[in-house]
Amino acid sequence: MGDVTGPDRPLRPLSGYRALDLTGQLGWLCGKILADFGADVVKVEPPDGDPGRADRYTWLAHNAGKRSIVLDLETDAGRESLLRMTARADFLLATFTPAELSRLGLAWDSLHRANPALVMTSITPYGSGGPDSEAPASDLEIMAAGGPLSLAGDPDRPPVRVSLPQAAAWTGLHAAAGTLLAHQHRRRTGRGQHVDVSAQACMIPILVQAPMWWSMLRRVPHRSGPYLTGRNVHGALTRNIWRCADGYVTFAFYGGGPGRHSNRELTAWMAAAGAAPDWQRAIDWETFDPATASPEVLAKLELAVAPFLQTLTKVEFEAGCIERHILGYPVATAADIAADPQLAARSSWQALCDPETGTELRHPVGYARFDGQILQVARPAPLIGEHQVEVAREYGLAEAQPA
Amino acid sequence: MTAVLDGLKVVELGGFAAGPMIGKHLADFGAEVIRIESRMHPDGFRGNYPPYLDNQPGLETSAMFAMTNNDKLGITLNLKSADGLDLGRRLIRRADVMIENFTPGTMARMGLGYETLSVDNPRLIMLSTCNQGQSGPRAHRPGFGTHLSAEGGFIHLTGWPDREPSLLWGPYIDYIAVGYGLVAVLAALELRERTGKGSYVDLSQLEAGMQFIAPAMLEYFATGLVADRDGNRDRYACPHGIYPTADEDRWCALSVHDDAEWLAFSAALGDPEWAHAPELTTLAGRREAELELDRRIAAWTAARPREEVVRVLREAGVHAAPVNDMADLHSDPQLASRMVFRPLSHAVLGSYMGVGPPFSLSETPARLSAGAPLLGQHNQRVMRDILGITDDEYSRLESGHAFD
Repeated sequence: MGDVTGPDRPLRPLSGYRALDLTGQLGWLCGKILADFGADVVKVEPPDGDPGRADRYTWLAHNAGKRSIVLDLETDAGRESLLRMTARADFLLATFTPAELSRLGLAWDSLHRANPALVMTSITPYGSGGPDSEAPASDLEIMAAGGPLSLAGDPDRPPVRVSLPQAAAWTGLHAAAGTLLAHQHRRRTGRGQHVDVSAQACMIPILVQAPMWWSMLRRVPHRSGPYLTGRNVHGALTRNIWRCADGYVTFAFYGGGPGRHSNRELTAWMAAAGAAPDWQRAIDWETFDPATASPEVLAKLELAVAPFLQTLTKVEFEAGCIERHILGYPVATAADIAADPQLAARSSWQALCDPETGTELRHPVGYARFDGQILQVARPAPLIGEHQVEVAREYGLAEAQPA
Repeated sequence: MTAVLDGLKVVELGGFAAGPMIGKHLADFGAEVIRIESRMHPDGFRGNYPPYLDNQPGLETSAMFAMTNNDKLGITLNLKSADGLDLGRRLIRRADVMIENFTPGTMARMGLGYETLSVDNPRLIMLSTCNQGQSGPRAHRPGFGTHLSAEGGFIHLTGWPDREPSLLWGPYIDYIAVGYGLVAVLAALELRERTGKGSYVDLSQLEAGMQFIAPAMLEYFATGLVADRDGNRDRYACPHGIYPTADEDRWCALSVHDDAEWLAFSAALGDPEWAHAPELTTLAGRREAELELDRRIAAWTAARPREEVVRVLREAGVHAAPVNDMADLHSDPQLASRMVFRPLSHAVLGSYMGVGPPFSLSETPARLSAGAPLLGQHNQRVMRDILGITDDEYSRLESGHAFD
């Protein structure tokens, strides 16, 4: 195995491992994560490049750290080159459905016979088996079929997704975890295996406890806009998003120690500003439990708090919450995040140069620091076939040019 | 079949989802996960996070704790007592992985900082997950996943442009960090194979969330564009939305991603006259007419049961899916074929639906076999079978409040 780490070397726990990345957008993040941890990830692109490149900033964000080679899998020569590369690879990541894999001669059984140590990760909307395995789905359909859409949006309008697509990121992340679990098994036994990722199933964690409202109590939670539901035994709604002077902030009456403290301190803050009604000041916050409180009391509290928060900007609200140890945060925009002092203090951005335009790209880094070291992004997302010659040489392909 | 992580020893301290969900994934694949709680401060999911069995709050009736802690050994230790702390240290000394999600500094104050623990056990991998990382001006700021999902940019991007944002149900960002935490633990195991040494992993939930918001941030830094919520519209597909069906509050998702798919879509609708307009054959033209298109499509979908809408469109090769609610998920044949929800048994809850991993491994499938532990359920088993403590010693420790 290659270098791992040293005084002048970046941290690369997976260095020396080779991954072939035949993913479309649904699987991009999987290879990006393997590359973050130091694996050599080669994107295998069709002659016109990955069609997902059109979604430029998602492409750049989730393909950084990879190299690129072009192979035309519609030709015999292209498929043959890929099989030769597969024989030398540790990981194969692909977003083809079972039917597409068979058509391309990339079915798991045959790849496994040719390279028993290979870990192959299939990333598809619904998984490789079952009745929906060939059904097409984009972000919207995955968020729908997996349940999150039913829980987001205003009750008087259709369910709503996150405007920045999220399903592929969840899928790529879980695919990376499954891939590394399979790698653990290979470490112990020398045997590879097939990791079959269902994007629909990757949505289930977003639902948190919502499935249990059905399976345990036969209640179906519904979208409720800015309100928390499922946190009160009487079914009361708890406002979580509030308008402020220059946008929105988040705060809720929670139980538990930190919740009790926040509830008391917000009331004290309001009282100091002359904005807390007497009955709110009279509440015993030590015993007040939002999980069992009556819906009427929670509704009255909302009416009292809303006008107070509208007098504060996001920055003023957060400063006051920090000073008083209140569980309250801004609803941040990209501009707010870019100016966030916490992310700046932790060096959570890494600048790279976009090879296409020469402009600076700022990537978020630092999510997992090993003994204080940040996993750096090794290179910006590649141009189409940018590493054709060197990759062909490393993988022993006679033909260095696109097939 | 063997489990991938047979023999891996994990100790968990903390509560809610951020730490324990990582341990749950490890337990699903065969790791021995010892969950340390305290009777004085049980996991927050036991205490104030509905739903509860029969709607009765109680330490053993919480669904959320049950979902998050299957296949773990549950013990209680009073880490503020000398004996309790010693027992905790002994468990960590034999562990491969220690996961905690207290606010930064808490572990060190308890005498369980990585510097201390790694002296006894240099191969220990310790993962600390917290809101915003172990350092920086807001390191010590408490908060829940819903807060951080707002601070991380997700809430601003959810909802309608003419309205306030919508919540994403729950602690969205926590679960992003759980995924990255699982990846980090597995990478640290690989690193340990190479170096012989453990690592200390500082996992920031906010920074993990940034990986999912990265496209909007790259664009902001490059162009100054501040992304806004836009309902269900999409830059690259039109039509693209959620439409009503003949069933009450049952919706379907559908989207058209290129001009060929538009023709297939139009054919699936029976080639109506309005769809023949030449301007609709391009994305730009469809976008121009999006409001009118949405009205026309909704009229077609609203006249049919949801399952029929989805079936007809899928047969035509068009992107379509039902908007599954929580009841639908439990009868979804596709999820059933993957055993996403799996019945687990529990002394108080009876049988409940646990959640399996979203990926399957062909050689080493996940094994969900036991429901979450009761508070302190495995105290005796862990103390006797794992630490080799005698009955007499156990009694002495118990009367000395080590297990409180």
